[in-house]
Amino acid sequence: MRGATHAKWAAGAVAVALAATACGGGGDSGGGGDGSGIVRSSWGDPQNPLEPANTNEVQGGKVLDMIFRGLKRYDPKTGEAKDMLAEKIDTSDSQNFTITVKKGWTFSNGEKVTAKSFVDAWNYGASLKNNQKNAYFFGQIDGYDKVHPESGSQSADTLSGLKVTGDDTFTVKLNQKFSTWPDTLGYAAFAPLPKMFFDDHDAYIKKPVGNGPYTVDSYQKGSQMSLRKWDKYPGDDKAQNSGVDLKVYTDNNTAYTDLTAGNLDLVDDVPAAQLANVKSDLDGRYINTPAGIIQTLAFPFYDSDWNKADSDKVRKGLSMAINRKQITDSIFEKTRTPATDWTSPVLGEKGGYKEGLCGEFCDYNPAEAKKMIQEGGGIPGGQVQIGYNADTGSHKEWVDAVCNSINNALGNDKACVGSPTGTFADFRNKITDKKMTGPFRAGWQMDYPLIQNFLQPLYYTNASSNDGHWSNKEFDSLVDKANAESDQAQAVKIFQQAQEVVRDNMAAIPLWYQNGSAGYSDKVDNVALNPFSVPVYNEIKVK
Amino acid sequence: MGRYVIRRLLQMIPVFIGATLLIFLMVNVMGDPIAGLCGDKACDPATKAQLSKEFGLDKPVWQQYLTYMGNVFTGDFGTAFNGQKVTELMSTAFPVTIRLTIVAILFEIVVGITLGVITGLRRGRPIDTTVLLLTLVVISIPTFVTGLLLQLLLGVKWGWIEPAVSTEATFSELIVPGLVLASVSLAYVTRLTRTSIAENKRADYVRTAIAKGLPRRRVITRHLLRNSLIPVVTFIGADVGALMGGAIVTERIFNIHGVGYQLYQGILRQNTQTVVGFVTILVLVFLAVNLIVDLLYAVLDPRIRYA
Repeated sequence: MRGATHAKWAAGAVAVALAATACGGGGDSGGGGDGSGIVRSSWGDPQNPLEPANTNEVQGGKVLDMIFRGLKRYDPKTGEAKDMLAEKIDTSDSQNFTITVKKGWTFSNGEKVTAKSFVDAWNYGASLKNNQKNAYFFGQIDGYDKVHPESGSQSADTLSGLKVTGDDTFTVKLNQKFSTWPDTLGYAAFAPLPKMFFDDHDAYIKKPVGNGPYTVDSYQKGSQMSLRKWDKYPGDDKAQNSGVDLKVYTDNNTAYTDLTAGNLDLVDDVPAAQLANVKSDLDGRYINTPAGIIQTLAFPFYDSDWNKADSDKVRKGLSMAINRKQITDSIFEKTRTPATDWTSPVLGEKGGYKEGLCGEFCDYNPAEAKKMIQEGGGIPGGQVQIGYNADTGSHKEWVDAVCNSINNALGNDKACVGSPTGTFADFRNKITDKKMTGPFRAGWQMDYPLIQNFLQPLYYTNASSNDGHWSNKEFDSLVDKANAESDQAQAVKIFQQAQEVVRDNMAAIPLWYQNGSAGYSDKVDNVALNPFSVPVYNEIKVK
Repeated sequence: MGRYVIRRLLQMIPVFIGATLLIFLMVNVMGDPIAGLCGDKACDPATKAQLSKEFGLDKPVWQQYLTYMGNVFTGDFGTAFNGQKVTELMSTAFPVTIRLTIVAILFEIVVGITLGVITGLRRGRPIDTTVLLLTLVVISIPTFVTGLLLQLLLGVKWGWIEPAVSTEATFSELIVPGLVLASVSLAYVTRLTRTSIAENKRADYVRTAIAKGLPRRRVITRHLLRNSLIPVVTFIGADVGALMGGAIVTERIFNIHGVGYQLYQGILRQNTQTVVGFVTILVLVFLAVNLIVDLLYAVLDPRIRYA
């Protein structure tokens, strides 16, 4: 009997413990599956809620690209900004714009897309109280400093530079001349939003509603999103498949394994470890194309050691001591291309990419490198420490390789070492708090394919991503001049002049252009990556 | 016995507070997480300040901790950076990990104890030596090697299983990951049971039971095994918590969106709310399982009493 009572107690305790600790409702419902015509693609958990002005990374951007269409759209092949919902964008002075929205477009819930859909969305995106991480995209619009002051609380809820003038027209007043501004409107942050976004925000977050070729069929946060073709989509870039299932993978190696086992159709991030055998594994179904991403080494210009009169010679010398070709070949398996300017090949020559603009300073030349560094007064403190974050992206490998290259060139095995920071957030903290003591890794993924986007945010005095806090009056005035220039070709030319200033000062060392790499199964066809290294989902055909 | 349970439950309170405080401080030491939210670009200062305010990161740590604990007692574990309630994350992650843990524990109990009994009874025979060697191999191979190897062989080469577990993560899909997760502990359970059985085989009460003419089956299960299980139960009990928290490697390999994955994401994004929330629950699981294990002793050996 004694045993029996004990058992009862134990059973009671088990029940209590289970009730106390475990089991919120399970309730995972299956979404979609791999029926015919569905593309199964790998995905990463988006970092932020899927609001257009709040999404600043590729994974969330992927979805926005499928469910939203804005005034402009970047051609998936050339990157050229083409009118999408914009009937026309007029300006006479590069500062005041009149935008006419095409008629006949609706959101997938039936609401009409009007001028108001854009103005409301932009006001929402710019407003400080909504915490939108891409708010600065609206910084050029008049009145931004009122809705999004640098400190304190906002004194207005709407941008004074935006006015709805009719059902389909609205005007935009910028706070300075910016001739290529209309070309920035293809960025997801400028997407229109339906009224339900504002009326029932929680419902929108659970299941976003847009005006693109796909609709969200089901969304289980952190695990899967099923997108289905929207049959009533009015655009001419209709989906060529009946839907896309985005599956979140805990590890891109697992996604790759699933692809080789035939359970997945598309992996848009081939793990570094598999690059060597991806071609034979996938029988040629591997894409490796340039993307609008450049990796550079930025310098802490707030540190007087790095900002002396002759310091540019040290920076140039370091640049010449890096054997870019060897590193991109051996470590990255040719998924990077040695950089010879500060932009990206995806811009094309018309867009401002100029091969070889960096000239001899980006050529590997150990003897000259050593001489230059000595002329510049040697490496500050006797040792370069290259800062990077150790948690993601396997940066250690290439930083060590770069240091190795520098050490060999200088004939001193202590001239350069890597200086890791534990987490990405902490790395960013050190940068924004101006605590870097040596060069550090700086990656730039373009927001829109314009040469302006590769220069102004990175090197303009006090610009949003000028991590090195480099400042140069000549560069600033050239950028201002280029932005005011209404002739596109002329503007690009002036931007290139500005880039020459960056070169002559070696404001940052360009390392390499990054490629997008993707692999796909034999069940799908017509797979391509756009200049943002995102798969062009709507054009994929299922066999 | 009731008093014993209450005393144990009361003891949990300081352990619980201490553990959460430690985790809270540790995550905090890693620095300001907001900077990581804006990607490679710098957050603009106004948005950064606004976000810090929203997540309560602008207050001193002790105040953050008090607010957090206050909320936890009302069932509010805060919000993750992607706008999802942490409780929502838990409700999707914990059932999956609990299923995985159940599979693993079942393997440990069924396979581990059976092998332990067989080898314990046949000490020194070929089967004993074989199993001992096998367990040695299993213990010495790291989990991720076993995991990746099984995934490659069973999933890709032979096509017996799907290499990645689906969103639903049903029991049948979790068999192989569960086996991988259990493998090392399974070997320990086998060895523990074997030793314990071999030791007790010569005990007086076993000889008495045999002398009474009880059937062999009954002698082994009711007399020998029951008395030999105490160390094994202790080990398995402690293992429940370890498996739930330590499933990160297995969950990554087999694409299981459970506790390990959420913790990993939480740490990578320095998301205090997620990490502390999940660890809090894991601490509770650990404490509860330990209590259950202690109570089970009395079931196995009635001489053990709780005053």
